[in-house]
Amino acid sequence: MRILVLAKQVPDTRNVGKDAMKADGTVNRAALPAIFNPDDLCALEMALKAKDRLKNAEVFVITMGPARAAEIIRESIYRGADKGFLLTDRKFSGSDTLATSYAISQAVKYLQPDLIFCGLQAIDGDTAQVGPQIAEKLTFPQITYAEELIEIDNKSIVVKRRLERGVETVKSPLPALVTVHGSAHTCRARKAKRVMLYKHARTISEMQDDNVESFRATSLQSKRPYLLIEEWDAGFINADDKFLGLAGSPTKVKKIDNVVFAQKANKALTSSDTDIEQLIVELFESRVVG
Amino acid sequence: MNYYLDNEVLKLQLSHPLMEKIVKLKENNFEYAKEVPIAPVDFEDAIDSYHKVLEIVGEICGDIIAPNAESVDIEGVHVENGRVVYAQGTQENLKALTDAGLFGMSLPYKYNGLNFPMVPYVMAAELVSRADGGFANIWGLQDCAETIREFASEEIKSEFLPRINKGDTCSMDLTEPDAGSDLQAVQLKATFDEQTNCWRLNGIKRFITNGDAHIKLVLARSEEGTKDGRGLSYFVYDTNDNAVIIRRVENKMGIKGSPTCELVFKNAPAKLVGERRMGLIKYVMSLMNSARLGVGAQSVGISEAAYREAYKYAQKREQFGKAILNFPAVYEMLYNMRAKIDASRAILYETARCVDVYKLWQEVAKERQLTSEERAEMKHYNKLADALTPMLKLMSSEFCNQICYDAVQVHGGTGFMQDFPVERMYRDARITTIYEGTSQLQVVAAIRAVINETYAALIEVFEKEEVPQEFERIKFELNTMRAYYEHAKNLVSGMNSDEMLDLHARRLVEMAAYIIMTYLLMFDAMRCSCNCCSLKESARHFLRLGKAICLGHLDTIQYSSS
Repeated sequence: MRILVLAKQVPDTRNVGKDAMKADGTVNRAALPAIFNPDDLCALEMALKAKDRLKNAEVFVITMGPARAAEIIRESIYRGADKGFLLTDRKFSGSDTLATSYAISQAVKYLQPDLIFCGLQAIDGDTAQVGPQIAEKLTFPQITYAEELIEIDNKSIVVKRRLERGVETVKSPLPALVTVHGSAHTCRARKAKRVMLYKHARTISEMQDDNVESFRATSLQSKRPYLLIEEWDAGFINADDKFLGLAGSPTKVKKIDNVVFAQKANKALTSSDTDIEQLIVELFESRVVG
Repeated sequence: MNYYLDNEVLKLQLSHPLMEKIVKLKENNFEYAKEVPIAPVDFEDAIDSYHKVLEIVGEICGDIIAPNAESVDIEGVHVENGRVVYAQGTQENLKALTDAGLFGMSLPYKYNGLNFPMVPYVMAAELVSRADGGFANIWGLQDCAETIREFASEEIKSEFLPRINKGDTCSMDLTEPDAGSDLQAVQLKATFDEQTNCWRLNGIKRFITNGDAHIKLVLARSEEGTKDGRGLSYFVYDTNDNAVIIRRVENKMGIKGSPTCELVFKNAPAKLVGERRMGLIKYVMSLMNSARLGVGAQSVGISEAAYREAYKYAQKREQFGKAILNFPAVYEMLYNMRAKIDASRAILYETARCVDVYKLWQEVAKERQLTSEERAEMKHYNKLADALTPMLKLMSSEFCNQICYDAVQVHGGTGFMQDFPVERMYRDARITTIYEGTSQLQVVAAIRAVINETYAALIEVFEKEEVPQEFERIKFELNTMRAYYEHAKNLVSGMNSDEMLDLHARRLVEMAAYIIMTYLLMFDAMRCSCNCCSLKESARHFLRLGKAICLGHLDTIQYSSS
């Protein structure tokens, strides 16, 4: 059985400093470290759990992004994924969720998976649209907001979903696409030996970098073919250019506001019953609690 | 949280100039890479692997072990049907470390290990100890595997060593009710059973850390009628044989997650490790040395954790309208703590490097004859390791207790409550000056290096090192301290009394320790190019602490000799 994980490299927006946004309102990617999208790490864990429970399952990872996104593939392999593919092409740049899901679904068709896991959403755009759009394009049933893998066999999957006011357990036939919620189990740690075995894995573009690591990787690859990370471009996945990048993206950003939270007013309360009751009422009314 | 990445000074130890020699010897001049795909192809590649694997250790420490430490301390351990049950958190810790393939880090590739030298292995022990000082024992006892690797037959090695990487834990079963510091009095009986062609162990062991481990190394009396250490041999016992009962676990002051067991051996089948009669004299001594290095790492780890808690609290806690960190009485405590940690870490990794070099030459010597130069180097580092190990254990564990004491003090009344982790660390720290040889016994071992001038010779080598101008003042004062040390040594030897030597031994060892540790700390500071770490400040501050101690000790010795 082939399980596929869709993962994205994102700027770490959880620890945002003053220089996180550029003056023009776009994200200053240079100031934020590139990380594995947290929900996607949960998706990887769920995929690895599925693999643990099945016989003869393999976990593949696809990521779309610039050359440095190959780090996502290495990271996935360190944690237990079998193989990864980097979807990279200048034609992909500027893609909104529709263009992204088109490109990725084209790549997915090439791999013919039985099951796909992806994070619910990425912390840079927070749209939660790419997973469902891919499912639509592949005509796969989709389970969103997955929190826990309950059962898996070669024909079906049972998943617990985390919803706003409770949980729901659903069963779906395979193939299917599952988007994984951040409340799911966090990903297992890297495995020491896999790190030592695959740390020299590189894409062709990375090997062209002028540094000691790429030189070492190049000389090792002739003897160790498993160290090559495949790169796929738009042509390879038979993508139609008009659905890619800016051309394929109906979403237009009209304006971005840089919102800075500022303290407006202070309120001092005593520990008296009246003050506490007043606070409770106020919090309820402003819907902070309840 | 990543306990490796958030501590920049650790990388400095991985980049020490001696590492190149260590890695090259460890990797058989990078010949292993031809056969073993995880083996590094060159020096940088090896360091990169250490770095990446320590990053995993740091992540597990920060995300799993440290958050579990409180519940493990509360839950403790208990005995169920003669077996030890770990706290839930301990089980999670073990699973995470096993799944990540971190056990057996220092074992050769052929036994499923990562073939890491002592330096990164000790670093992992420091990280685990910072996360949970008690759990560090269960992790650290994989040292036993090192002893098996060094001294046991190939048959025993291939039976037991590959199990370490799969998560089997170890214990070293030495202490008995009447044999604590004096291990020559061990009575547990080993008899050779002709019928089953194996050794049988009968008797009681007490205070055995992780006593229900999968693999146990047992010191036992194999020579009937003998009374001293020469009648003792070393055995390996497989817990799967179900012939040892855990009678009880101790209720301890600290390190509550680490089970301390009383064991009854009932005709337990065991295999002889190495040669008969060499148990205590050779094998336990070797294991004890690595365990002392382990306690050094544990002390540094707990100290680092306590310091960070104290610093964080001092920044946040406000009294008299400002953070208490800004009061001289408080920040001086923090300065002292920082300096003691940095100095302890300096001697910790220096000792680890010395152990690495001499043990690696020992391994080479098993394959081929060493040149006279190589043999001299092996002997040199062996001597240094033997001299530095008790000094490290003594100083780092005593400092660890002082640091935890101060960390509670910085917290004030809050520190006395169980609401903050320093209360636990204070209790966990207490054992470090006691087990694997008390501080007093470390002095007995270290005083030899005072008398045979190993320390003096080392200091002389240090003195010859050129230092940049900003460190000249430190060096100048170290020369003065050395003069105090020489003078004190002469006064004590002039007393011509063994009792007086015993009485002043600790003072002499401490004087040597402050000088050597200040030098090592200064060298670390010199190698560090960053402007953010505390090493330079610490070197200056530790010098002040040391000089005051040396003056005081000299004064006491002078008084006693007059």
